[in-house]
Amino acid sequence: MNCRQVVELMTDYLEGALAPADRQRFEAHLSGCDGCTEYLRQLRTSMALAHRLGEEPIPAALEAELLEAFRHWKTG
Amino acid sequence: MGTPITTTDPEVDALKAGDEQTFEALTRRHSAAMLRLAMAYVRDRETAEDVVQETWITFLRTLGRFEGRSSLRTWLFGILANVARARRRRESRLVTFTSLLGLGGTDSRRPTVDPARFASDGSWRTPPPSWSALPEQVLESRETLAEVQSAIDGLPARLREVIVLRDVAGWEADEVCDLLRISAGNQRIRLHRARSAVRQKLEDRLR
Repeated sequence: MNCRQVVELMTDYLEGALAPADRQRFEAHLSGCDGCTEYLRQLRTSMALAHRLGEEPIPAALEAELLEAFRHWKTG
Repeated sequence: MGTPITTTDPEVDALKAGDEQTFEALTRRHSAAMLRLAMAYVRDRETAEDVVQETWITFLRTLGRFEGRSSLRTWLFGILANVARARRRRESRLVTFTSLLGLGGTDSRRPTVDPARFASDGSWRTPPPSWSALPEQVLESRETLAEVQSAIDGLPARLREVIVLRDVAGWEADEVCDLLRISAGNQRIRLHRARSAVRQKLEDRLR
């Protein structure tokens, strides 16, 4: 397994979707390759940053409109 | 004899009883990811906010039909996808054919890393420059986060919907496959392409 192949398998690896033999070869490659280790770390960092986008508050105006809609629904 | 449909979801019961705090908690938990998902289908932020609002209203109107066969959020995001796609169809005259078909960089056989970065034996010629020397504040900055957001917003819809649900909203793979009616393998391919694109944009930014 070379670097060009390993980078394409990283999501399969993170998802636990590699066959046991492939997983072993993947991990063996990773343990001896700084470039791929860094690439995997960067993918994980990107995922963590993406997750923070989901934690941002929604605009106050939208929140107020939603509550208004709820009150309307409740009495309607 | 008509038995009333009861769910085991306490949040649904509270909503039906008109509990405002439950509704607020739900909207706080889901609306950011809903906005990002809506942005996968419609052109601008304002329309996306309309879609989120219409989704919540439809959600409340149809709550009586929710039987707990799917999770509440699968139900909710299913409504969002329908509302957003309907809105996109109405706008479709304005949207380019390419983006409508979700083409443009989604060829699943194309490598996600520029082949020129590898030597002929497949080893790195230009490995990713390390981020470990970067100050924490740079990675955690608003600018970096904005770069991630623009990277996601720039993806074709079929990649964007997967990365938003998996990485932004934190869903499990199975739930995403159910909602989008795609296979596990297809979900992973789309996710990998999306994540790779976001990482590359960050590399370009952080060099």
